[in-house]
Amino acid sequence: MMDFLFEQRNTIVAFLIIGLIIALTLSIIKGRQIMATERTDLVFGNPAKALGGWYWIITGMSFVLLIWFYFSWDAARAYNPTAANELCQVAKVESAIKPMRSLFPIDKQNLRGTDLIARDSAQLERINNNLQTFALQRAEEVEASAILASLKSALVDQANPAYIKSNLIPEFAGIAQRINSLNASFSNPTFPGPPTNDQKAAAEAQPGWGDTGKEIPVLPATPLGYRYAAIAAEIRIITKDFSKLRNTNPHLLAQVADIDRRIKAAKAQTKANLDLSKSEQDARSKLYSQLNKMLKRIDDGAVYPPNSLSDVHLALLAFDKTHIEQQGSLKTFDTWMMPGGRIMAGNSACSEQGSGRWLPKPSDTLGTLVRISDPDIGFKDVPLLWYRWQPVGGMLAFLLPDWIANLVPGEYPRHNQYGEINSNFKSKVQDFVTGNYESFSIPIPMGHMWDSIIRVVIGLFFGIILGVPLGLFMGLSRFAKGFFDPMVELYRPVPPLAWAPLILTIFGIQDDGKIFLLFMVAFAIMVISARTGATGTQLSKIHAAHSLGASNRQILRRVILPNSLPEILTGIRISIGVCWGTLVAAEMLAGTTGIGFVENVARKQSDYEVIWVTIIILGVLGLMFDLIMRSVITRTIPWRGKG
Amino acid sequence: MSDLVSDNLNMKFTTPSGLVVHALKDVSFNLKKGELLSVLGPSGCGKTTLLNIVAGFLNPTSGTVKLGGTEIRGPGVDRGMVFQQGALFEWLTVAQNVDFGLRMKGADPIETAKKVDEWLEIVGLAGFGDTPTYQLSGGMQQRIALARCLINDPDLILMDEPLGALDALTREKMQSLVLKIWKETGKTIMIITHSVEEALMLGERLFVMAPRPGRLHKEYQLPFAEMGLTQDPRDIKKTQHFGEIREEILSMIWDMEEEIMGGGTL
Repeated sequence: MMDFLFEQRNTIVAFLIIGLIIALTLSIIKGRQIMATERTDLVFGNPAKALGGWYWIITGMSFVLLIWFYFSWDAARAYNPTAANELCQVAKVESAIKPMRSLFPIDKQNLRGTDLIARDSAQLERINNNLQTFALQRAEEVEASAILASLKSALVDQANPAYIKSNLIPEFAGIAQRINSLNASFSNPTFPGPPTNDQKAAAEAQPGWGDTGKEIPVLPATPLGYRYAAIAAEIRIITKDFSKLRNTNPHLLAQVADIDRRIKAAKAQTKANLDLSKSEQDARSKLYSQLNKMLKRIDDGAVYPPNSLSDVHLALLAFDKTHIEQQGSLKTFDTWMMPGGRIMAGNSACSEQGSGRWLPKPSDTLGTLVRISDPDIGFKDVPLLWYRWQPVGGMLAFLLPDWIANLVPGEYPRHNQYGEINSNFKSKVQDFVTGNYESFSIPIPMGHMWDSIIRVVIGLFFGIILGVPLGLFMGLSRFAKGFFDPMVELYRPVPPLAWAPLILTIFGIQDDGKIFLLFMVAFAIMVISARTGATGTQLSKIHAAHSLGASNRQILRRVILPNSLPEILTGIRISIGVCWGTLVAAEMLAGTTGIGFVENVARKQSDYEVIWVTIIILGVLGLMFDLIMRSVITRTIPWRGKG
Repeated sequence: MSDLVSDNLNMKFTTPSGLVVHALKDVSFNLKKGELLSVLGPSGCGKTTLLNIVAGFLNPTSGTVKLGGTEIRGPGVDRGMVFQQGALFEWLTVAQNVDFGLRMKGADPIETAKKVDEWLEIVGLAGFGDTPTYQLSGGMQQRIALARCLINDPDLILMDEPLGALDALTREKMQSLVLKIWKETGKTIMIITHSVEEALMLGERLFVMAPRPGRLHKEYQLPFAEMGLTQDPRDIKKTQHFGEIREEILSMIWDMEEEIMGGGTL
């Protein structure tokens, strides 16, 4: 059932989006109609105007969902499932041609050669201006200056058509020719001919868009895709051939050899000069290494005479035009339906970059939730929420301290001369308190969600049963207030997470530390709220109880406690919220289970879908806790605010 | 025999700044069993302090109060109290409020339930036993407070401005109810009030207290409470006698207030 729904998710999403658009439109119309009827109310700031309004709730929810569907590209996938695969082929062409394009003023302002001459000339100039800082002798300085001048001429001479290698111009013409002929096949809808059966089978065998994780099927599967993939393969070869063509002409090579020799000579001379101090030696070797670096920059012949590449440039511009034209409606679809990012081709895979990556598709997120909800899969070998059979004896043993057996009179049995051990009453008690016996099992919940919930519940439980009595005591006694106030107020203002590293170090990364941290959080809140409640008891109620014959204990139990109940319950509600936030962060710091742990692992793996699943689970559980507390509050203290 | 006897009662408070306030000075009176006393006076005259001492919430600086020959030390069931706002336990139902005292004593629940029904009948709230108290109006709440106090069968009933927070109509009805209960149960009742008319209507005896230091200024013996048992209170209020005394007390209190305020010129 779930598998079927997952396979059909594109269709479901397509209908859902139409439904949401209808809901959005209708609710806006309804809302505007209601607004029109309220024109008679001239009062600005009338709170009654904020009451009700289910239609605006529908508007808001449909709006959020539509935004999610749109920016996660779920809408795009629902209406055009092959778009990503085709755009992947387009991206392959773009990534293949990129090294060639980067030489030309297509995506930037200048020719690459122009940039190189400007950059390297400026650098040579700078070294020349700083020559005196190296404290050279006269002869050395003259030679260094001369080397710099030679480097400069080696750089600019590359631009001189007189020196260019004889075969280079025809080679460029050949590249331009190959691009142009590829451009012609680009516009041919039947290029490169029907795919082979192997290609077809491979394309069909690959998983669909987002079926496994976030990747996009990389093999072409549509006519447009086949064409772009073939063009990409061709253009990759052309680019490779083009990059081999360098302006390393004999003139340049001679210049480079000469400069190299002169730098080496200068170096050797420096070394031989024993009059130079260590710092003078160092300064010179620094200068010569700078000169060497400049030589390495210049010697690869990356600058060509102006206009020598014009043919290739024109061919690329024409290719660009066809590349965009041939995408046709796909280009429009990419622009409007896949906002906030684009599809990029890597070496062996295509991926969504931008919002399509970090904002998972709602349908995939739901699919991931369903997948890791399966107890056999779970996350890191632990289910989200499941149960296991647990022997009652073991649980009882957990509650009973082991030293009970020590209190039983008598000795533990010893083995006798035959090596037998005869159990006695004391050893049987020991077996009982350590759970060392056969007992029936009962199902106990387990899993990441359960672990998180139970930690909050236990921490909260101890916070309440210890915090409330202390709070009431502090509300009634000046001594207790003065004595305990500094202790509570010293640790309470510290953000709970600031305590986490310390507490987790002391108690270990297992449950104890987290529960103690949550206990600390809940305890402070409960103390303060119970104290507020006790302080707020009207004196006349206590007077009345006194004159009705109630004892001090009865007054505490029957008057002060119920009177503080609203504050106590509000305190519990706040505690749950704060504990929930603290717990998740504490689980991220340390631990091996819990929703926060899941989120942290997913973060390390950049698994955005699981991150979103944990966010949703945390939100829903938090909301559930709050709804439970709200209903408890309305049920147990209906008199609140009416007394 | 269960008279309330106050003997040279003095109460001094020391404020945190060291100022000594003489809240009560040499207050002596004798209230016989079954008498209905109302206490009237401007604010700060020590009415509530007197009531709190009688209730046992405060320890007097000197002097004694005895109820039925026993000195009052601490609160007790023999003195029931009714407060201005009712001071009901809003987390309990009407019946649970009324039987609070009996439950604290651990009385038999069946007996208690019977008594609760009786008292709810008397204060005119029969059938409201299971209603939460916060749903009731101020007048109804005050009736519950009365029933809650009376079910304990106290020797003395102390009322601290019991009708102060009620609207005029409810107030008149409640005054009749108090008179009825006084008549039917024969309890000694001490009422503290701000309202002169109420003090006249609900006082067989009336103390007017004066401030600084708080003391008994004048005592009246009045016929109106007795008359109120048989006649319409509104008719009583129209009589010349009632009017004269009302004017006399009003101008007395007016003078006291003037003295406190320093006789401000209008």
